[in-house]
Amino acid sequence: MSQALPLLSSAQMARFVARGFLRFDAVVPDEINARFMAEAGEVAEPKAGERLMKTYGQTLAANAIPEVAAGTPLSRTYPEGSAISQLLDLPLVRGALQSLLGDDPMFDHHFLHITFPPAYHAASGGESVSQHTHQDSTIDPRQAFDVQVMYYPHKVTRPMGGTRFIPGTHLRKVSEVALGRYQNIRGQQHMVCEAGTLLFLHHGIWHGGGVNLSDRTRYMFKIRMHASGSQVRRWDLEPIEPRAPQRPIFYTKTASDPASVAAILMTPEPWFEQDTGRLEFVNRVKLWRYLSGDPAFDADYWMTRLEAGT
Amino acid sequence: MTRQKVLVLYLVNSALDAPTIAWAVYDGTGEKLHMAGDSEDVPYATGLAALKDGWRLFQASQLNPHARGEEFDIAYLKYEFWFEQLVQVIP
Repeated sequence: MSQALPLLSSAQMARFVARGFLRFDAVVPDEINARFMAEAGEVAEPKAGERLMKTYGQTLAANAIPEVAAGTPLSRTYPEGSAISQLLDLPLVRGALQSLLGDDPMFDHHFLHITFPPAYHAASGGESVSQHTHQDSTIDPRQAFDVQVMYYPHKVTRPMGGTRFIPGTHLRKVSEVALGRYQNIRGQQHMVCEAGTLLFLHHGIWHGGGVNLSDRTRYMFKIRMHASGSQVRRWDLEPIEPRAPQRPIFYTKTASDPASVAAILMTPEPWFEQDTGRLEFVNRVKLWRYLSGDPAFDADYWMTRLEAGT
Repeated sequence: MTRQKVLVLYLVNSALDAPTIAWAVYDGTGEKLHMAGDSEDVPYATGLAALKDGWRLFQASQLNPHARGEEFDIAYLKYEFWFEQLVQVIP
């Protein structure tokens, strides 16, 4: 049955390996978005002198999104018929999760991120500020990766902030918000999107919540999940053969196929440092080896050169 | 009364005239609150451009050797330069 799912292509998988995210715009039907917003509940109007965290806590306590133990099979996490249950049952979502995590992913945690307009901060005596850029959880030296699905149930405009993330940062081993001093990084993206947009993130990607300067409260629902078994070769292997011959490097006269796995893995980000950008390429090749189950895979000779003669 | 403005630039290599890839600004005068994600425009194309505009460099990251076995571990941005301006403010 799983083979009937729209699995990710090799090019999509390579993009995920290289950049740490896949974005699908407006793919969740309106009826699920509306059901989710009803389950998430309304936030009370701002009240002078009331702490914002109290307002936040009351919203979470009153809504219909369940409290779930970490380590629950994802398939048993949400009540049948609930908005998130229906979202996870969409073929696109099932196919993407199957491709990235394999069979039977496990639930880690979820959270309803609410970003309040300035009126709430003014009422509580605080300031409207963005969240510091960070990597979730803690230092994670694994080659295996978890997936975080970010769900945007309503339209997000630029003044509403949106999730900020920096493509390609996911392979850096940092300690949560230790990198908080990096205010702006070339190539950073802000999630401005239509309702029903999904962002599939590698757990290591650097991100943060954008400041909401609009007059509308912003919601984003995040679900973190991990594999329960092998992540190797779970995607649609047909469109591109993962193992291709080496291409000429440095001294090149003809452009190579930009959709090839090698070309995707070797595409730099605007924030790459000159020397560590090459280490990013090495680490992408290592991650592709892990996912493809091919210990001899290489792109642009980065690993072969290091392994020659050993 | 003097207040400090701080500019942090991250460059593509250890040369101060190398291009900027990330930045942060902290304004001790309180005139402007800078924050994560508030700008898409690099404030100075290089560290040298900041010097030419009057910023004083007061710290640069060291170049450290790579520990054996950890040569391919990458973490924080590597080429960090701290600048300041001292600004007179009227109390």
